This record gives sequence, C-alpha cells and structure tokens, in this order.
Amino acid sequence: MKGNITRRDFLKRFGLGASLTGLALAGCDSAGNKLSGNQNSSMPAGDGKMTYRINPKTKDKVSILGYGCMRWPTKSGDSARDNEDEIDQETVNDLVDTAIAHGVNYFDTSPAYCKGRSEHATGIALSRHPRESYYIATKLSNFSPSTWSREASLAMYRNSLKELQTDYIDYMLLHGIGMGEDGMDTFNKRYIDNGVLDFLLKEREEGRIRNLGFSYHGDVKVFDYLLSQHDKYKWDFVQIQLNYVDWKHAKEVNERNTNAEYLYGELAKRGIPAVIMEPLLGGRLSNVPDHIVARLKQREPERSVASWAFRYAGTHPDVLTVLSGMTYKEHLMDNLASYSPLKPLDDEELAFLYETADLMMQYPTIPCNDCKYCMPCPYGIDIPTILLHYNKCINEGNVPASSQSENYREARRAFLVGYDRSVPKLRQANHCIGCGQCAPHCPQSIDIPGELHKIDGFVEKLKQGTLS
Amino acid sequence: MLKRTRQILAIISILMVTLLFLDFTGTVHAWFGWMAKIQFLPAVLALNAGVIIGLIVLTLIFGRIYCSVVCPLGIMQDGFAWLGKKAKKNRYSYSPAINILRYTLLAAMIAAIIAGIGSFVALLAPYSAYGRIVQSLLSPIWQWGNNLLAQWAEAHESYAFYSVDIWLKGGVTLIVALITIIVLAYLAWKNGRTYCNTVCPVGSVLGLLARVSWLRPVIDTSKCNSCGLCARNCKASCIDSKNHKIDYSRCVLCFDCIGKCHKGAISYTFRRQPSTSSDQSGEQEVDTSRRQFLGVTATIAATAAVKAQDKTVDGGLAAITDKKKPSRKTKIVPPGAESIKNLTSHCTACQLCVAVCPNGVLRPSTDIDSLMQPESSYERGYCRPECTKCSHVCPAGAIRPITKADKSSIQIGHAVWVKENCIPLTDGVECGNCARHCPAGAISMVASDPSAEGSVKIPVVNTERCIGCGACENLCPSRPFSAIYVEGHERHRII
Repeated sequence: MKGNITRRDFLKRFGLGASLTGLALAGCDSAGNKLSGNQNSSMPAGDGKMTYRINPKTKDKVSILGYGCMRWPTKSGDSARDNEDEIDQETVNDLVDTAIAHGVNYFDTSPAYCKGRSEHATGIALSRHPRESYYIATKLSNFSPSTWSREASLAMYRNSLKELQTDYIDYMLLHGIGMGEDGMDTFNKRYIDNGVLDFLLKEREEGRIRNLGFSYHGDVKVFDYLLSQHDKYKWDFVQIQLNYVDWKHAKEVNERNTNAEYLYGELAKRGIPAVIMEPLLGGRLSNVPDHIVARLKQREPERSVASWAFRYAGTHPDVLTVLSGMTYKEHLMDNLASYSPLKPLDDEELAFLYETADLMMQYPTIPCNDCKYCMPCPYGIDIPTILLHYNKCINEGNVPASSQSENYREARRAFLVGYDRSVPKLRQANHCIGCGQCAPHCPQSIDIPGELHKIDGFVEKLKQGTLS
Repeated sequence: MLKRTRQILAIISILMVTLLFLDFTGTVHAWFGWMAKIQFLPAVLALNAGVIIGLIVLTLIFGRIYCSVVCPLGIMQDGFAWLGKKAKKNRYSYSPAINILRYTLLAAMIAAIIAGIGSFVALLAPYSAYGRIVQSLLSPIWQWGNNLLAQWAEAHESYAFYSVDIWLKGGVTLIVALITIIVLAYLAWKNGRTYCNTVCPVGSVLGLLARVSWLRPVIDTSKCNSCGLCARNCKASCIDSKNHKIDYSRCVLCFDCIGKCHKGAISYTFRRQPSTSSDQSGEQEVDTSRRQFLGVTATIAATAAVKAQDKTVDGGLAAITDKKKPSRKTKIVPPGAESIKNLTSHCTACQLCVAVCPNGVLRPSTDIDSLMQPESSYERGYCRPECTKCSHVCPAGAIRPITKADKSSIQIGHAVWVKENCIPLTDGVECGNCARHCPAGAISMVASDPSAEGSVKIPVVNTERCIGCGACENLCPSRPFSAIYVEGHERHRII
C-alpha cells in the first residue's frame, strides 16, 4: 500500500494541492506553500507584505518591486522584445492584476519598448485599475536622429500620454543619456538644443510630470554633467544599472559601463532616489554556472538564485524601486517572494555576494549552444568543442581563478587533461589563427577568435604555471 | 647470502633505472634520478669526479660489483643467463681472456671520447645501450598500457591517467636497440657475460682495477678437489679450476661459485697474495646470424612505424595534414646542451632525455656523426617555456641543468620566415599565430605592403630576441611545411 497510491488517492491529493495553490496565489496564504510543495508558485515569505520606499519629494509610497514593461509576453509565448508576434493582452492584464494585487505599484515603460507596443499594452492593462493606485514611469525615447526635432520629441511625449490613457506621468525620464558615439553631443542634440528639457521642466511645474529624472547608459561624462547641474534641474530620481556584479565589475561586463558603486554613491550623496534597472544583468544573475548555483543555494536552499540579486538591489536604502521585466508569472511570483517583505542583506551576506561576483567575473561562461554554424573551421579548429569544454570546466569549478585557489592542482589537471581528451591537440585553440571567418556565422554573436585566444591564453598560463 | 644480497640489490637497481626510462610524468626522476648519474660512463663524460672516485674506490675494495648491481645492462644479461641456466645446468666453461680485443676496444673508446665521436661511444656504452632498449622497445608497451588506463579513467570521469602519443622517435635507434638486445640475449643465454668481458669498455676499465681489489673470491687449494663445478657455473668464464685461479679482471662477483662448491673451498675474502693473471689468447664468440636479425628487426620496425601513425582525423572537421620536418642547415639541440659539439662529445645516447621530453620535440638523430644522440624538431610540439626536463635528467653533462629563467634567455636557434608558405599571403586572411605565441616576443606583425597601412600583416622576426623554441614553427597554420621555421645554432648564446 505504501508508495502505491491509488488513482482516487492521487486525485484527492492533487485536488487538494491544486486548490491550496490557487488559494495561495489569490490570498498570499503562506501556509499553502508547505502542502502544495510547488516551488515555482512559492509565496511571499514572512508576512507577505510588499516593502515600500518613500519618494522624498512627493511622498509617493513606491513598491520596491517595479514592473519593467519591456518584455510583455506575446501569443507565441516568448517576450515581445525578441519576437514580432502580437502581444498577448490577456496575459498582460493578468500579470498586471496579479502584480497590483500583491502591492506592486510602479510600472516602467517607454515608447521604444516591445518594438513600440509596450505603452499601448501597458495602458490597456493599467486603465482597468484606479489611476491613483499605481505610478506610471515612461521616457522620452528620442534615440533616432529623425526624432531629435522639438516637434517630433513633443509628439512622442504626447503620444505616451495617449497610449497610457492618462493626462499626467508620475515618473518621466530622459532615456538612455550617455548613449551614442559622443554621449555629450548626442545628449545636447536630443534634449538641450531643441529645448525639450526646458519643455519637460515646464511640464513638471505644471504638474503633468510629477517627477523628472533620467536613465543612464554609457558615457559617464554625461552622468556627471547632469548631476553637476542638479541645482538647476532638481532631478527627482535617476535610473541606473545596479547589481552585485556591476557594483565593482561593470567595465568587465561592458567597456562603456561604469561601476554601480560610483553611480549609486553619486546619487546618494545628493539625496536623489535611484531606480534600479538590470538587477539581474540581463538574466546572467539568474542563469549562473553550477558552482555558483550551489554556492547560493547552499546559503538559502529554498530561495531562487535570482532572489539574491533582487535582495541585493533592494538592500541599498536610497533605492526607490527595482525594475524587473517579468514575462512569466513564475518570475513575478518569485520576485514577489523576494520583496514581500524585503529582507535586506547584512554585511556578511553582502561580502558573500561580492565574492560570488568576483568568482563569476573571473571567467564568465561563453554563450555557445553548440549549433555548429561556425563549422567547419578552414584551419581545422574544433570551435564548439573547445568552447563547451571551457564552459563545462567553469560550471564544474575547474577554471581556477589563481594558483592560490584551494583546488588549483585538481582543477588544473581536470582542465588540461579534459582538454586533450575532448579536443585533439591539432584542433585546439592555440591553432586558431584569428582569420575571423567563423564569427559572422555565430547566431550568438560570440567573438569566436577572441574567445579562443582567451582560452588559449588561459591554457598557456595553466601549462606554464603563471596564473597569478 | 652474498648471492641473495646481490640478487635483491640488482633487481631493485634495474627496476629503478627502467622506471626512469619509462616514466613520462617526471615524478620518478625526482626519486631515482641519481641512478642515472652514478653510471660510470656518463659520470666520466660529465667529469663527475665524486661519482668516478666513488666507483673506483668501490671497485678497488670489492671488485666489479658495479657490473652486478649497478649496471642495468649487466643485470639484464644475468636475467637472460638465468633463463639459459634453467634450460641447461652447468653449461659454462673456463675460457681465457681475449685481452687484445678488450683493450683495443677500450683504447678506441678513449680515443673516440677525446675526439668527441659520440656515436661510437654510444654504440658500445652499456648504460646507454640499456636506455635505448627500454626507450625504444619497452616504453611503447608501457605507454600503451597507460593509454588503456587513461581510457578507463575517462569512462569513469577520472583524471588520474591521461593518454600520451606513441610515436616512432627514431627508426635507426629502434633497430640498434633491437639488435643490441637480441645479440646480448643470445650471448648471455649461451655464455653469460661475454659482452661484459670482451666488449664493454666500462667492464675493461673496472677489470683493470679489480685485478688488485682488496676483497675477492679465493679458492682454498687445500679444500678444492678440482671437480670444476665452479667453472661450469661461472657466467664470466673466469675460473680456471685446474690451476685454482680466478681472473679477477673478469669476475663480476655474482657469488654463484661460492654456493655451488660442495667443499666450501671458495670464499669472498681479503687478498692474500698479488694476483698473477696471465695473458692468454682464445677464441672469440662471434655472432653468426647478424644478417638474419637485421631482416627480422627491419620487419618489426616497419610494423611499429605504421602503428605509430594511426591517429587520424574525426568526421565533420577539416582535414589536417601532418607537418613535415624542414631541412635545416644546422640541427637544433636542446637548451642546456651549450653547443652541438658539447652534446656530441658528452652524450652516450642513452635516450633518457628523449624518454622524458613531454612535447614530442626530442628524438634520436639519424646523422652518422651524432647517431642516436638527441636533436630537436618541432613537427609535434615545441620546446615549451615551462619545461627543462631533459636538462635535469642528463647524466653525462651533454645537456646541463638549466632553470626556466635560464631557458628564456638561451638562444638555441632563430626563426626564419618562408614567404611562399605564409597564410596571409597565400589565403589572404589575418593570422599572426606565430607572433601571438612567441614566448620571447620576438615576432611582430607588419603590413605586407609598406605603402598600404591596411594590407594583410606578415611576421617579422627580431632574431636578437628569438630563442629558437619553435612555438612559431609548430603553431604555424601552413602545412605540411611551416611558413616560419627554426635554424639551429652550433653554439648556444645567452641573450
């Protein structure tokens, strides 16, 4: 009898579990969690109440989880960012309803998101709720030179109001300052020369924009310049990229980025609230190497890998809200669990995460999925096998960070012996001449010769014993 | 008791030396490396005074025990002789020493060493002959066994064993090793230590010393009944039982006779009277079937050659042509050798360096003036910056010990560019693999057309900085002949 469940028993139990799950979903009943045993729909831990932050100027009570509306789902299931499909409005409505029901009240969109369809979909979903129950953030996304004129920019702003079915914007942003070949020049052309910034300042005076700020990517000179003009512009908030990797390793992730430690510090110094984007570094902090998963899960076995990144972002006291582009309900539920309420990281946990970031940044995995489009290499290199061996070693913890690492000797042996086993000597990375014929074929846009030379350099260091 | 001690020591000793030649990981050498350094001829060539004096004193006290417990070739012959004795008991007989041959060969050997004709020395020296046998014949079997273990380890996700390339390093050396072992096995099986007492120059030198050794086996004439049993069991054929005399220049102290004598007439004891050995002439054992052996060995060598090449390409990948050795005006010898002359005059061609080279660089030479001595070539790998193994194993001072730092500044040759083969010019693609891998930073990439900045880049070599390691040659994508190759230097320079 034991372990041999009858069909009726099964149905009974299943029914109970399902109804409890449903209950849990509807009413944040954390007791349901235990019985349903469903990790994905795991409910907010603790008392299940969303953490809020107060906007110092308007005294808005903003939920620490902000909904990023750049990845609304399409009917085919993917995010509308990657796909031409029609946005699945019904699911969007459901996501928005669930979010609001659990206390989320900050929705961040842009005329550029979802190939221009985000504001429309967001407007439909939000307009079904009382206007005062949520805050709308949108941006003046005049990236294209064709929209640099005052008329085109203002038309974009007015269109946002229309699409979002509102007559005021709670949080208005200059979008992506610092971008462009010459960040300062581009900024001037987009917002200064055409008088658009003056117009937006005026809109703020008149109350149609309740808070004015900017989002920053790229050239830090523009960021510094805009903050130096804080007395003049009185920024109400600034949106920056912040996560436990970007805190100190932003340059390694992207040449043009700036460490979040600096950005956040500059804002905190001036008392400007920070809105956080990329808390997951484009998903790279949820899809991490096995050894990192193990490391994080060991500390918090019942929390997701991503929860660490969200807790991290929320731990900084001057953060107003943390944006997450949630395409799937599971992501939303997981993030709600992380923030209802937010359990800030203590100093020891912060140190642990920074150490994790160091580990991850030492040797990030290469996004090769073995499609073999790059093959055959005319010089006989077995490209995917080399990249996969490298990834495998990273995920198994066999890419030692330094010769002082605890498992250096074993890892070195596993890496080198495994390398010779998986790739014949003549097909290894040291034979890559860097002709670059493979690179254009890679759907992941991997800089194949660059990666191969990097791996070769690493192998040389292992062989010569010159790893720092 | 004496015999048992000799046997145990001999077995330990030959196992250590053999492992020294078989081990490709470099671990055994740390433990048993000294076994190679105490070999007589390498010590002489390395002018290793301590070892030479030690061995001379040892022989003056005990007689030729070196030949019984240190020399691996001698122990190997004892092994064959033991098999022979199993087949037929009491098979040996006394024969007078063939001193003309012995001392002529010894004189020739000394002359060759002084003249620096390494290949002649190499052919006769006992330790190096044994090294060649192990390296050429036993090592492939050992490595094959290792590769089986590596396969097993791979199947079990273990990194305990890794597989190694088995390849024919030198055809001539293999043939010489085969002939050596066949001839020696035959001689030892039939007549015991014939080689040691008529050919081996080390045996001859030690024999001269052993004539006056302090301890020696002595026949007590009062007890001896002249049955001749001792002589019939003497593998050195040195007991003249009729005259109750032992030729101490040939006795290798196996102590078999002591145990065989029913009367207890032979004992290992102090010298009582100055020995009076007489020069006598006699027949020499001549190998008659040399031609036949050559035929057999050639066949085996050819089979081995085919076997060594069977690593082929996998499917779905571009085929890769094997590299061919370029014709070098001057051959390359490894760093530490100091000069081709130094290597040639000190090397006994024992193959220990060839056996330990993990990069497939060293192989025995086929040139007649340096036959079987090591030389470098870069078709299979290059002389990697972290490796100085050959310099540390050499017992003869042919390759002197160097450190990694030393190596980085020893110029053993210089790279030469071959325009016709260079991939950027032939295929019109970017390359620079030579420059990227040059550990000395001696190669820069420059525009092939000085007037056009954007033209494809070709390598230029700063020969002052080049150390001749062959990274460029080995990693050059041009096949079968590289577009950049190393010319050796007769004398190595410090840069």
